[in-house]
Amino acid sequence: MTHATHDVRPSGSLRGATLPKWFPWAVAGASAALGYGISAAAGLHSDIQWALIAALLFVGGSFAVSAKVEGRRQARDRTATSLVWVAFLLAVIPLASLTWETVKRGIEVLDGYFLTHSMGVVADTEPGGGIYHALLGTLEQVGLATAISVPVGVLTAIYLVEYGRGRLAKAVTFFVDVMTGIPSIVAGLFVLSLWILILGMGYSGFAGSMALSILMIPVVVRSTEEMLKLVPNELREASLALGVPKWRTILKVVLPTSVGGITTGVMLAIARITGETAPVLLLVWGTNFINANPFQDPQASLPMYIYLQYTNGSEAAYDRAWAAALTLIAFIMILNLVARGIARWKAPKTGR
Amino acid sequence: MDTTTQKPAAPPAPGPAAPPDTRAARGVTRPGDRIFLGLSRGSGILVLVLMAAIAAFLTYRASLAISQDEANFFTSFEWNPSGSPPEFGIAVLAFGTVVSSIVAMVIAVPVAVAIALFITHYAPRRLGGPIGYVIDLLAAVPSIVYGLWGALVLVPHLDGLYGWLDDHLGWTGILEWNDGAPRSLFTVGILLAVMILPIITNVSREVFRQVPRMHEEAALALGATRWEVIRMSVLPFGRSGVISASMLGLGRALGETMAVAMVLSPSFTINASLLDPGGGTFAQNIASKFNEATEMGRDALIASGLVLFVITLLVNGAARLIIARRKDYSGANA
Amino acid sequence: MAKRIDVSGLNAYYGSFLAIEDISMTVEPRSVTAFIGPSGCGKSTFLRTLNRMHEVTPGGRVDGKVMLDDENLYGAGIDPVAVRREVGMVFQRPNPFPTMSVYDNVAAGLRLNGTYKKSQLDDVVERSLRGANLWNEVKDRLNKPGSGLSGGQQQRLCIARAIAVEPNVLLMDEPCSALDPISTLAIEDLIGELKERFTIVIVTHNMQQAARVSDRTAFFNLAAVGKPGRLIEIDETERIFSNPSVQATEDYISGRFG
Repeated sequence: MTHATHDVRPSGSLRGATLPKWFPWAVAGASAALGYGISAAAGLHSDIQWALIAALLFVGGSFAVSAKVEGRRQARDRTATSLVWVAFLLAVIPLASLTWETVKRGIEVLDGYFLTHSMGVVADTEPGGGIYHALLGTLEQVGLATAISVPVGVLTAIYLVEYGRGRLAKAVTFFVDVMTGIPSIVAGLFVLSLWILILGMGYSGFAGSMALSILMIPVVVRSTEEMLKLVPNELREASLALGVPKWRTILKVVLPTSVGGITTGVMLAIARITGETAPVLLLVWGTNFINANPFQDPQASLPMYIYLQYTNGSEAAYDRAWAAALTLIAFIMILNLVARGIARWKAPKTGR
Repeated sequence: MDTTTQKPAAPPAPGPAAPPDTRAARGVTRPGDRIFLGLSRGSGILVLVLMAAIAAFLTYRASLAISQDEANFFTSFEWNPSGSPPEFGIAVLAFGTVVSSIVAMVIAVPVAVAIALFITHYAPRRLGGPIGYVIDLLAAVPSIVYGLWGALVLVPHLDGLYGWLDDHLGWTGILEWNDGAPRSLFTVGILLAVMILPIITNVSREVFRQVPRMHEEAALALGATRWEVIRMSVLPFGRSGVISASMLGLGRALGETMAVAMVLSPSFTINASLLDPGGGTFAQNIASKFNEATEMGRDALIASGLVLFVITLLVNGAARLIIARRKDYSGANA
Repeated sequence: MAKRIDVSGLNAYYGSFLAIEDISMTVEPRSVTAFIGPSGCGKSTFLRTLNRMHEVTPGGRVDGKVMLDDENLYGAGIDPVAVRREVGMVFQRPNPFPTMSVYDNVAAGLRLNGTYKKSQLDDVVERSLRGANLWNEVKDRLNKPGSGLSGGQQQRLCIARAIAVEPNVLLMDEPCSALDPISTLAIEDLIGELKERFTIVIVTHNMQQAARVSDRTAFFNLAAVGKPGRLIEIDETERIFSNPSVQATEDYISGRFG
């Protein structure tokens, strides 16, 4: 091989003209000021607008300066960087606002009284009242749904991982996937058509629980399956080789090894269905009174309470809606954090 | 089949252990095993029965309604199932569902990909982890809370944006605003985008994190800038993962009920402009109309729910196909 | 074309941990310099400081001087991206871009630096693949994915990709450790040819390989686990393997430790 011609080699300098480190900050500051100035001059009032103008100025400005000083490749790199930052900051705004508004407005009427009283004697437009009936309903409905879903889900996962070969297992796997994608309102419609329209049963917390189970079962199956697969096969074989029957091996070796992960999965599934509104709206119907019996007569539930207070439309009702939303979020976040805590705590034992 | 002739799990032979596949055949001899297998297989079958029942009962009720429908179920703009004769169709709902989901995807996918890149490749390392964690938590916020925020916080803030869009892009006809409250399909799209953003971000982030370090170093060693590294090794590797993440988000946007119901001011019309109030989506329509519906009305709503069910099935099926293809692809390079 | 590397007083850190300490050496142009030493002695880390790849690992930091002819790679105003174009690198495990074809893999570096005419690209791709002794094996499947090649072919593809941009220096980080003996031989032959045109630095665990391919050999060692790696000596390969001036080198080469 002779020496190649070097016609395609660009100039070999290592020294690129590089903009200083503070350059992006300077452009960001200038764009923010300019954006604010422009919107003030044009008489625009919306915060969103001046932020958008500033963002555009920032991306465009840093590209122009960088292309001039550093060259096109560096400029493109900077544009990508600024776009990524801008996208991040733009996305933070609604998500931060959601958290902030919920906490700020929710805290106004959230107190011990609110948690321990129902809406039974309060007119919807008056201040006062609370979410006790809704909390009770949610806990009962979610509890029932969990009681249905966990055995079915865990057993199905055991079947798929420990026994499942052949066509039945493939079909189950496929339909669990399909089930994961069912919109919650469709699950509600199903229970409605079967339980209420065809069997003629009344609206009740239990009807809601059944719809929630349809949403919960596939989540439990999926997460349990993942956890069971993490149990090393050597462990099963060691137990079987000692002459332990398979079912005892599963109960005494496989499940205890993965119980942390399964618990985490179940808690995340509970967190997910606790916030479901649509099926509850169709099946539980809602009430302002305390009904502790989930099997008879309409109940309330926390998410539905938020919706009903919102549709009521008075200021007092909005306050109650925010407070209930804060309670709901707090409940779900605690579930999430505890679940993740368990996952982290148990991780070294299972997730080698 | 006579399973008893098979050797019981006698003293462990020192020879090669039986491969796991034969365990099932061997293990069903004891009563305990038989009961346990029966229980777990029964649960699996229950899942199948449940799915079959969902499809069957929805179809049955839907057919009751559609058979009495005097209008074309797919093309009619009417929704009057309790009238005589009953007339209803899903054209408006299909339009609203598709349009709001498209708006949501157009906004959410690029932003989500950018945030995922931000977390994995741009953010200072001490910041990336916590941000990912917070976005994880945001994915768990229930839709009713997003709905409340959308209706009471987002909508009042959109007047300015709507005015600006009308001023500059109103001539397109699509973004013309006639001074109604900004409770249109466009607002629904924005809210759905905010809702599916954490989901798409989370999955994309995982995919980007799995890009083998050596592919990135290959690009770096050729003298690629950070953006070029991402374009050469990160995005090609993550493309199918991002697509399936987007499909998951789309599935959620299509079926979202409460947030849409709280933000949209519905009407059974199709507007050329996205900014004008009106329209509806499958899920929202069910939730809003359900309370006052007669039995015929409920069956009509079930029929529209069945259509939504089929649509989400198709979308999720497509996502699974893409994920399955991706497995083959990454296996070949492992 | 090929340039001399002159390192003086170089330290490299991972966070606050000093990985290699006070290294000074000269790498001659148009020759092969091998780095040998026990695992963890910092030879790969040192290699990665030569094209500023060390600093892409989280916490990676370098001080000291690396002169490429008359320019300090760590001087003010030096663009690391430009450095990496001048100093190519081949990695331990073959890492062709999995989504790109053989052709696109080789052309990847050139495409970064601007647009070329198709015929020009064709020329460079063919020349680089010939230069990597791979042309005859892949000329009929240039448009097939690069990940479909065998391990040894993939590594030569990576070499072709690195030399396509005509760097001054070629760094190789244990390029044969993931390959079978026949592929290893092919790469070693290739290194012998490439040194006519490039300054080559190769890290290897295999002392026979160092003896076979290199002109000069540098021995790295560390005093104890957790202590920084140091350069013990650098000399003509023949001398290092027959009559090294430091006892530790002889111990290592004769297999008494490491």
